[in-house]
Amino acid sequence: MEALLSLFIKSIFIENMALSFFLGMCTFLAVSKKITTAFGLGVAVVLVQSITIPANNLILNLFLKPGAMSWLGFEETDLMFLGLISYIGVIAAMVQILEMLLDKFFPALYNALGVFLPLITVNCAILGGSLFMVERDYNFAESVVYGIGSGTGWALAIVALAGLREKMKYSDVPAGLRGLGITFITAGLMAMAFMSFSGVQL
Amino acid sequence: MADRKKLILDPVLNNNPVILQTLGICSALAVTSSLQVSLVMCVALTTVTAFSNLFISMIRHHIPGSIRIIIQMVIISSLVIVVDQVLRAFLPDIAKTLSVFVGLIITNCIVMGRAEAYAMANPPLPSFLDGIGNGLGYSAILIGVAIIRELFGAGKLMGIEIFPTVSNGGWYVPNGLLLLPPSAFFIIGGFIWIVRSWKPEQRERVENVILDVQVSEH
Repeated sequence: MEALLSLFIKSIFIENMALSFFLGMCTFLAVSKKITTAFGLGVAVVLVQSITIPANNLILNLFLKPGAMSWLGFEETDLMFLGLISYIGVIAAMVQILEMLLDKFFPALYNALGVFLPLITVNCAILGGSLFMVERDYNFAESVVYGIGSGTGWALAIVALAGLREKMKYSDVPAGLRGLGITFITAGLMAMAFMSFSGVQL
Repeated sequence: MADRKKLILDPVLNNNPVILQTLGICSALAVTSSLQVSLVMCVALTTVTAFSNLFISMIRHHIPGSIRIIIQMVIISSLVIVVDQVLRAFLPDIAKTLSVFVGLIITNCIVMGRAEAYAMANPPLPSFLDGIGNGLGYSAILIGVAIIRELFGAGKLMGIEIFPTVSNGGWYVPNGLLLLPPSAFFIIGGFIWIVRSWKPEQRERVENVILDVQVSEH
């Protein structure tokens, strides 16, 4: 239990998806102009991340790993090279299913998320989360915790950046640096601030 | 002929995918701490973009609109698997340093973005060249950032010592900050500033109208 809790804290702060691994940067920089939209996107990422990482963990352990298909009678099959294509397939399918379910049962949330939901398929934080799960060999419980934690960390980062950018409207930024340029530098300063978490021992 | 040259050269300066279209930033930040790794990444990305554009453009009339994203994904991820397996077989050390970032070429927005915006509407050859051009535009930024980070952060280029560092008895005190990931943000921010000062038409329109009048009329 303690190990899971520290994994949760670690995946939010110390190994923040956006600010320590720079995953999902394109959406991070492009959709962080307003706090409300950033928050909507953040919620969508947490949802998708906490479903896809455990789902991919099951696929990895039941089908892809060497010897994983022994329950089907294939003792020595190693399908690891199909990893990438199956993870992205799971992600695309999950996003599609989630979209239909939300549309049917939670129309309010569906309307709030709007165009962000399909965009999440190509958000590298989602695929990156699954690939880190594979690389670090998490078990099922760990992958659930890691999914929720890493999604929350990303959401936290994008909402914080959106807050900073809203305040920055009032500042006098040099013309060539306005928009994307100053956003890069702000995100860099945020990343440096988040680096101080790396001193935390869990 | 001039058109083809334009297809390749335009994305490098005038319409750069990283600094103007905000595409493909994730890997631009994460892999640039050494020049060698960045070069491998550039070659990998340019290959994937060029060939995914080529193949998607070849079958563009047969792809139904509603499932085109999945079809593009399948083509792109098959290409990335090929690149990943080649890297693991021939350059195992670099493949290890790149870790998940080779896999993440699948979700690199440059590949998807060009497939969607260009290859779906143009014949195979121009699409292929467009892929190469955008790959080169990405490479230009990546290599620039990597040179600054490795040269000033470690005093080396491609692993060969250029500035003898103090710890090895030389004169150069390396700037450790440049080896840390946040420095890439500052360097790319600086690049954007330089390019937009040189080519003012790339500047972004500002939403705050009052401020805009005050600043631009001086």
